[in-house]
Amino acid sequence: MAKKKFVVASFDDEDVLFPAVKKARTAGYKIQDVYTPFAVHGLDHALGMRETSLHTAGFIYGITGTTTALSCITWIFTKDWPLDIGGKPHFALPAWIPIIFELTVLFAAVGMVLTFCYLCQLAPFVKKHHFHPRATDDLFVMVIECNDKTNVDDLVGFMKGTGAVEVDVQVAEEGWWLGRYDKDEVLFEHKTVAA
Amino acid sequence: MHLKYESQLREPLVYGHKTFAQVTEDIVRPIEAKPSKLWYVGFYIAVCLLMFGVYSVYRDVTYGIGQWNLNKTIGWGWDITNFVWWVGIGHAGTLISAILLLFRQGWRTGVNRAAEAMTIFAVMCAGQFPIFHMGRVWMAFFCLPYPNSRGPLWVNFNSPLLWDVFAISTYFTVSLLFWYSGLLPDFATVRDRAFTKLRKRLYGIASFGWTGSTKHWQRHESLSLVLAGLSTPLVLSVHTIVSFDFATSVVPGWHTTIFPPYFVAGAVFSGFAMVQSLMIIIRKVFGMEDYITMGHIEAMNKVIVLTGSIVGIAYLTELFMGWYSQNKYEGYTFWYSRAYLFSPYGWSYWGMMACNVISPQIFWFKKMRRNLVVTFFMSVIVNIGMWFERFVIIVTSLYRDYLPSSWSVYYSPTTWEIGFYMGTFGLFFTCFFLFAKYFPVIAIAEIKYVLKTTGESYKEKMHHLEHVPAEVFAHSGHGHTTVENGGHN
Repeated sequence: MAKKKFVVASFDDEDVLFPAVKKARTAGYKIQDVYTPFAVHGLDHALGMRETSLHTAGFIYGITGTTTALSCITWIFTKDWPLDIGGKPHFALPAWIPIIFELTVLFAAVGMVLTFCYLCQLAPFVKKHHFHPRATDDLFVMVIECNDKTNVDDLVGFMKGTGAVEVDVQVAEEGWWLGRYDKDEVLFEHKTVAA
Repeated sequence: MHLKYESQLREPLVYGHKTFAQVTEDIVRPIEAKPSKLWYVGFYIAVCLLMFGVYSVYRDVTYGIGQWNLNKTIGWGWDITNFVWWVGIGHAGTLISAILLLFRQGWRTGVNRAAEAMTIFAVMCAGQFPIFHMGRVWMAFFCLPYPNSRGPLWVNFNSPLLWDVFAISTYFTVSLLFWYSGLLPDFATVRDRAFTKLRKRLYGIASFGWTGSTKHWQRHESLSLVLAGLSTPLVLSVHTIVSFDFATSVVPGWHTTIFPPYFVAGAVFSGFAMVQSLMIIIRKVFGMEDYITMGHIEAMNKVIVLTGSIVGIAYLTELFMGWYSQNKYEGYTFWYSRAYLFSPYGWSYWGMMACNVISPQIFWFKKMRRNLVVTFFMSVIVNIGMWFERFVIIVTSLYRDYLPSSWSVYYSPTTWEIGFYMGTFGLFFTCFFLFAKYFPVIAIAEIKYVLKTTGESYKEKMHHLEHVPAEVFAHSGHGHTTVENGGHN
């Protein structure tokens, strides 16, 4: 993947971040992403993202589980291995409800987690570019993608004006690759936090 | 500042004027520091217990379950008692992480991570008992439906024991996924603070390359919510199905329709007691008093007194039905085998009554709910009581049923039965000690999320804002309300 230039602006408060996102979008800058230490509600809307359809996928997986359980048990107990249990019907639906329910839940949960990992490209041994090591700690990191026409100095000044505590320019490759985090990253130096 | 209004009457969920960085620091510190002497001692004891359990199980597998004192009518003894007990304990974790999430109970964030870990370890322990009770444990895969070469031969889908296989394995899988997906962001936090290459590498692998991207968070939120929605009926179904193991039989004392709700309430009851025991230890050992507050302890004690009373009503209902049904077998089981103090197992029934019904009533008093010593003591008592409950249900029903000629001799466990039980304690605590050392025991990202509405300093700020006129609060749109300059003039 080709390397690109990014302006990375870090905020220490989400209440400064929101107006900054709005200003950057109004000014026509392309926000590559905002990296936050926790789920900031409303930020996805502020960035103009569409709702995720992950729950719909979960529903489909669940239905698949229901159908799998029902059809398998029906085939086994009415066609392949019809047992006569005191003359009771072979198609004993009420007795199968527990297993049908469990498989519905199992398929939905496993399917959703795998889909989540696939969509977000998350897996063991996957390594991504991190614009700021404190994005998982206490900083909200807005990353703006630059193109040939972007005046980087203007953009840096603009971001400083929106209340960012740190602004820097990085050349990076976005996306992911297989790799190890200990190879080229700078190790964390302990800072003491006043109690 | 968020304008989500939090009543000033509610006490803060996070004490001590924390910033985001401090939250990270406080929770990650135990992972980065060398474990204390106490940790080593505890871990050593747990591993010793585990080894004793492994030896007991080794004897069971080598010589068969004749190593246990099970007899002609008591085919289930300590093994299934322990199975039901451990599964029950697991339920509190899911209740806290899933049901309380759906009910928007903010206090769950302080305790959900450790409670979910407890669920997973408890279900692991529970699973050992039915598996080794099979005797020829290398054939355990026979209980899964798979096409085989023995003609058309399948498992019995109409059997509650098979429902249990599906229920427990689904429960374990879903709990594990729920727990681990919540851990991803926190592993990333630990990874980005790593001060050695090995830590960076291992937590890098564990965090799956999490970056904290907004889109990922959006999907993560959706995932958590749906998994919570799935886990809620799941957790109710699991103990319902465990109770079906008994309720669908025709043994007096088991054949009752009250079992499903009674078992679920009992499971939550014992599970919360176990969470209390573990939380009180964790907050003390790791100094997490700011995150696991007295408010948390009190809330859990309220759940304990509620579910304990539900269980108490179920016991009384059973006794009532034993008389009202005018079925002499039921009457004999409930009124003689159980409730009569001087019958062979009367002591276990009254032990159960004292521990589960009478003693938790102490939590009607606020002073007691907020007393750590009382809470810890009660949490142990409740778990002893819930063990007795399962023992009473299983053994007193089995040892005398219809024909006096098939009444069995008095059952008491062998060393190896007890050893197996001790071994699961070893397994549970070995896992829990490792978890406490290497995993963030409190959900860091979730604490940061509630910090701005329920943290102590934000509550104080909000208190001052109550006197600011409403026009100051400008609506900035995009579904997010902000006050620039923090609303101070």
